[in-house]
Amino acid sequence: MKIPLSWLQLSHEKVRLFVAIAGITFADVLMFMQLGFRDALFDSSTKMHKTLEGDLFMLSSQSDSTAFSSRFSRRRLYGIAGIKGIEYVTPIYIGSADWKNPELGNTRRIFVYGINPLYSTLKLPGVEQNIEKIKFPDVVLFDRLSRLDFGPIAQNYQQGKTVVTEVSGRKIRVGGLFSLGTSFGADGNIITSDINFLRLFPNRDPGLIDMGIIKLEPGVDRDLILKTLQTKLVDGDVQVFDFDGLIVHEKKYWQTRTAVGFVFTLGTIMGFIVGIVIVYQILYTDVADHLPEYATLKAMGYTDLYLLGVVFQEAIILAIIGYLPSVSLTMLLYFGAANATGLPIAMSATKAITVFVLTGVMCAASGAISVGKLRTADPADIF
Amino acid sequence: MKHQKNEVIVIRNLSHFFGEGILRKQILFNINLTLKSGEIVIMKGPSGSGKTTLLTLIGALRSPQSGSLQVLGQELVGTNRRKMVKIRRQIGYIFQGHNLLECLTARQNVQMSIELHNNLSSEEAKQKSIAMLEAVGLGDRVEYYPHNLSGGEKQRVAIARALVSHPQLVLADEPTAALDSKSGRDVVEIMQRLAKELGSTILIVTHDNRILDIADRILEMEDGRLRVNHIPKAS
Repeated sequence: MKIPLSWLQLSHEKVRLFVAIAGITFADVLMFMQLGFRDALFDSSTKMHKTLEGDLFMLSSQSDSTAFSSRFSRRRLYGIAGIKGIEYVTPIYIGSADWKNPELGNTRRIFVYGINPLYSTLKLPGVEQNIEKIKFPDVVLFDRLSRLDFGPIAQNYQQGKTVVTEVSGRKIRVGGLFSLGTSFGADGNIITSDINFLRLFPNRDPGLIDMGIIKLEPGVDRDLILKTLQTKLVDGDVQVFDFDGLIVHEKKYWQTRTAVGFVFTLGTIMGFIVGIVIVYQILYTDVADHLPEYATLKAMGYTDLYLLGVVFQEAIILAIIGYLPSVSLTMLLYFGAANATGLPIAMSATKAITVFVLTGVMCAASGAISVGKLRTADPADIF
Repeated sequence: MKHQKNEVIVIRNLSHFFGEGILRKQILFNINLTLKSGEIVIMKGPSGSGKTTLLTLIGALRSPQSGSLQVLGQELVGTNRRKMVKIRRQIGYIFQGHNLLECLTARQNVQMSIELHNNLSSEEAKQKSIAMLEAVGLGDRVEYYPHNLSGGEKQRVAIARALVSHPQLVLADEPTAALDSKSGRDVVEIMQRLAKELGSTILIVTHDNRILDIADRILEMEDGRLRVNHIPKAS
């Protein structure tokens, strides 16, 4: 084995190495935190989707996010119900209405989901137990994790009081509680039957729905049906996703069409740039300090390529040993942040790999900038 | 011009310029010089006389411009970078500053030179480096870092590094400049002894009059011209 010059060069100066590692770890933790918060917020925006009981999901082609969905004709949904392998289809109506705070009398926008109570469309604690109640006229289920601005609904309900208020000017009664939680789109949620939904939104055409749930018979090839539907519905006004596709579709909206995705992406880029600057500083100083030594190596007959290799190896070594402590540090910070904010913030393989690749690119980029200095190592100068 | 086997360096009408346009300045004027195999030659001359420029040209560290410069049978005028790098590997360099790599031990520094010639296993290279360090009297300093060596010891490591690959040509620039007279004397005597054993040709640029006696021949540079080319009196 040849002498590992890059490693020896790095490890020879312990303080500088420590500073380099600390710098890269810092940049990595910065990126991890930005990505962590971003993912956590996106995860919260798909909370509702994750509770959907279905195999395939139909949305309007115009629809970017269920929080602001476009509607489509329910005939599109029922039109495919006869396809072999499909057990049933059921629509969801989504809308936002003014909820009157029963204590203060002011109103706030609340998300309303209208589902067919014959199917367990939403696998949410509290919904299944109370599904019979929403069959009654003007009875809704209230999200106990809604913001407090809607009034002390959950407390009152749990104390056995009859909670009555107005939604869009129509008197309703709270028949039960469930736990979903807020997201970017919704400060609070209520669930009711499709019939009650249309009572709350008298101007809405019952034929236009926001989402269609497609439940397949057990043992049916989901991907095959998805392909069939996608081919059948091509150029149409609806699109069909499987669960993963639906989540990606929803997240993509928040990532690319809203400032939220941009802000955190920007934060990640900042961390990335900070990392480049730090690694560049370290590598540049390293090259500058060892210029006579590198020139000597050139005079002895070492090629420019060899020296480029040394600098890039240093970059990669720094990337790896700076990355490792950042993972454990990040997990600690995620734990603290999750406790403090209630956001589902946690380490994932995707984030770990993303940041590792970014660190590699970061160090390679710094290496590429600092090798410019290598060219000034002129062997003719050292005699 | 035909290359003869025992001629290590053949220089004919070599001139060299620095700068461009009106700033262009001639540094070397029609240098003619032949160094034979096994010769120890000292080049003297005041600062700015062009002797270091000549040394860097011979060492393939700088591209020669006109005339003819043959080193180890290779014409360097008009040659490309890759050939220059190849020539460098056949030459042992000893610099004024020792220019050892601070992050490597004495043995590793010597080994860096062996590794350029890709034919030894790492164990062989290690053994050879240690043997060379023993030959320069540093058998007990093998795993020392340059930081912990004296000036004379560092220069001896540099000699070991320059000679470990048995180069036919050794170029030394003021090898004793940073040393006291005793260490300086030791260093040149080691160089002389090893070069004789290996049959290497040595070209030393120096101001140090105390070491002139080791030379077979003394050259004197002045204002870019090779003035005298004489044999020293036997001392």
